[in-house]
Amino acid sequence: MLKALKLEPEKCTGCLQCEMACSYENTGAFNPAKSRIKVFTFHEEGRFAPYTCTQCDEAWCMHSCPVEAIVVDMATGAKNVLEDVCVGCKVCTIACPFGTVNYEADSGKVIKCDLCGGDPWCAKACPTGAITYVDANETGMERMRAWAQQAPDTAPPRTNPPREKPINVYLSGQGGV
Amino acid sequence: MKHVIVGAGPAGVVAAEHLRKYDPQSEVLLLSGEPEPPYSRMAIPYYLIDQIEEKGTHLRKQQDHFRNSGIEVKTSAWVESVDAQGRRLNLKGGEQIGYDRLLLATGSRPVIPPIPGMDRDGVHTCWTLQDARGIVERAKPGAHVVLIGAGFIGCIILESLALRKTELTVVEQQNRMVPRMMDDTAGGLIKRWCESKGVSVHTSTKVEAVEAGNGEHPLSVKLDHGAHVPADLVIVAVGVQSNTEFLDGTGVKTVQGVLVDRHLQSSVRGIYAAGDVAQGLDFSTGEFSVHAVQPTAADHGRIAASNMAGRTQEFRGSVNMNVLDTLGLISSSFGLWMGVEGGDSVELHEPERFRYLNLQFQDDLLVGASALGLTEHVGVIRGLIQSKVRLRGWKQKLMDDPTRLMEAYLARTQAIGHNAPVLA
Repeated sequence: MLKALKLEPEKCTGCLQCEMACSYENTGAFNPAKSRIKVFTFHEEGRFAPYTCTQCDEAWCMHSCPVEAIVVDMATGAKNVLEDVCVGCKVCTIACPFGTVNYEADSGKVIKCDLCGGDPWCAKACPTGAITYVDANETGMERMRAWAQQAPDTAPPRTNPPREKPINVYLSGQGGV
Repeated sequence: MKHVIVGAGPAGVVAAEHLRKYDPQSEVLLLSGEPEPPYSRMAIPYYLIDQIEEKGTHLRKQQDHFRNSGIEVKTSAWVESVDAQGRRLNLKGGEQIGYDRLLLATGSRPVIPPIPGMDRDGVHTCWTLQDARGIVERAKPGAHVVLIGAGFIGCIILESLALRKTELTVVEQQNRMVPRMMDDTAGGLIKRWCESKGVSVHTSTKVEAVEAGNGEHPLSVKLDHGAHVPADLVIVAVGVQSNTEFLDGTGVKTVQGVLVDRHLQSSVRGIYAAGDVAQGLDFSTGEFSVHAVQPTAADHGRIAASNMAGRTQEFRGSVNMNVLDTLGLISSSFGLWMGVEGGDSVELHEPERFRYLNLQFQDDLLVGASALGLTEHVGVIRGLIQSKVRLRGWKQKLMDDPTRLMEAYLARTQAIGHNAPVLA
């Protein structure tokens, strides 16, 4: 069964342990700037949102690569960058509509989440359960719900959904409530 | 069913593979006009700087990939004309090939401007692997190179030539570098950046002739303001045009390229087009244009294959976009980056840091953007444009700080802040 990262922003406290763990696992140094997962900050709402590649089926990054440097890991479903093949042309960074493939000037290559080969360190490092590694079907459901949630924005619903109404119960002899 | 694909670049290869998948019983024949196996022109700049070998440009690197996938590849197969009535291709040398469905993926070729001296030895285009071999031969360290044209392709080659340690002069007819991707401000910054790296850049300048040189350098490039630039190698990159001439008399309608409908089918039933040769639906304008970039070529190839195999699929249009690295200064542009009438825009301009970001809105939709010196999460610009996410209050937040694109996208599509309880 394929697994996927489940991200729950409402549980995120912005501690950045995921960024630390990710950068350490992938570069050998604690350097959030090199993390493949990012925590975005919403100061006004006092909220945080961890975000990284969803390993989407469309794999725009993979299909846009001119040298076939992005391949599917059959075991995890992750789309992995082959560092020795990537020429750093950056076409994948503009092709990915989620903005989760990034160019790294130091190495001259692109970097993206590879699910740490099936044992993602961000999930292990998250102290609040905002990042978990779960059955892929579950996150698929979440994504559908998220999509459904924002759908009214492009096409407003014509009907009002049924709402729960308070029911008044009148009891004889007590003059009602 | 016999599917024939003319052209073995990314669009042709992606289409061939998808045809194999969608229509396993069919015959798939991929024709290449060049003697090489299928390869990606996009990879040539990296071959020029020895980052990859020639075979690093080849599309599909496993040995016998095409044979194992049941795709027949025929190289040096130049199609001279198409008999649309008889569904036959006439090849150079007299061979004829029949087809049931035809995909035109013949791409484009460099335009040679009408300047005297273009036929001189040492004047090259940079388009095919054969061109690249010739350039590698001449662009030795210290060689004087004049690059005519500072558009997208010119600028990609510019980087390779500078990294090869040549003495480089760039001449661009328009008033700025990459004029079809960057505005005056950003184009000006790129010019200043290149000059600071030792590249001589002449904008608003025309080349009048390429003449014989004297003494040390075999060529001399005459500019319209009178200067003569000595050169060992002249590279012409003033633009490209779609390869459509062989379609004369077929009834296939062409303007900029082969006009295709939402199914990537041309005006002649059974003939489809994909990639640089196809003039397909533009997501942003609703009109039809040629978007000569790899992501569009791949999308075209996949959708054309699906329709050729009888699985009807509609193309939703491509967003014009590009990314360019000019000696370490990275620029990108998306959609309607020049803006729309009645729209709003915001600009972040930090010339001393070579940073620039320009966002273009229509109502509360992001419709275009251009960026310089910003590489983090740039893809989300495509996401915001193509998913037509209403920004609502986030438009004002972006007007205040245009770099918060990722936050805008997340806030408008994910369970964050006010909408979190609804989704939880």
